[in-house]
Amino acid sequence: MYRTLFPRDVFAELDRLQRELTQAFDLSPNIRGLARGSFPAINVGSTAKSVDIYAFAPGLEPGSIDVQLEKGVLTIAGERKPTAPSGDEKATVHIDERFAGRFRRVVSLPDDVDPNAVTANYRDGLLHVSARRNEASQPRRISIQ
Amino acid sequence: MTDTRQSEADRPDAALLPPVNVIEDKEGITLYADLPGVPKEKLKLQIEGDSVTIEGELALDVPEGLEVTHAEVGLPIFRRVFTLSKELDPNKISAELANGVLTLRIPKAEYAQPRRIQINSA
Repeated sequence: MYRTLFPRDVFAELDRLQRELTQAFDLSPNIRGLARGSFPAINVGSTAKSVDIYAFAPGLEPGSIDVQLEKGVLTIAGERKPTAPSGDEKATVHIDERFAGRFRRVVSLPDDVDPNAVTANYRDGLLHVSARRNEASQPRRISIQ
Repeated sequence: MTDTRQSEADRPDAALLPPVNVIEDKEGITLYADLPGVPKEKLKLQIEGDSVTIEGELALDVPEGLEVTHAEVGLPIFRRVFTLSKELDPNKISAELANGVLTLRIPKAEYAQPRRIQINSA
């Protein structure tokens, strides 16, 4: 009697539901926006010649960003000031989603990166750190004799 | 000014939702939006009736053959739509983009500006 009320396999159904939910959330990143609590957001990519780190850090003075490389660990730190108050006492904040305060993010770089060949540039609120790999570790084609 | 998330979710093309601050003072509303990596040429501001659409595309100088190993920003487009309320004047919006932060200033229409009414004693 009770059995007929439920699908044949409740657990399989729950599993399917969970899978569908996960999928649905992964397909709609627009609702979540950038992950909160991790400022700046970071993308990392690599090529045969370099390792490239992109930090999405808008609204900073280029001189105030502290980028350090120590023992293969890259640290990006700084502070983002809160939006300047307009001086109007009656100003109302309707939405306050942007990050303000001190931040620090750490990325460990692969061993074959040359610590003396790291460049960083900041444009349009995007910090691009490019670290060249050692010549010796770049892939080479070995000819067969 | 209300956030129209619903109409945004209906769109088929996915985009990131940029974080914003909205502050209202006596003369109008100031909106700050984080659009890192979006150059001026790739930023589109559209005012249609009472809705303002902010849309920006990322422009990264990606070296050839880059293989992404970790990505927190998973889409190259930011988009957000806001609906203006009646007292805001869409014809007087000014915009500025600096270091990846967009500042929109939307003044209130003149009739909606606060006025102090003088009381005359008889």
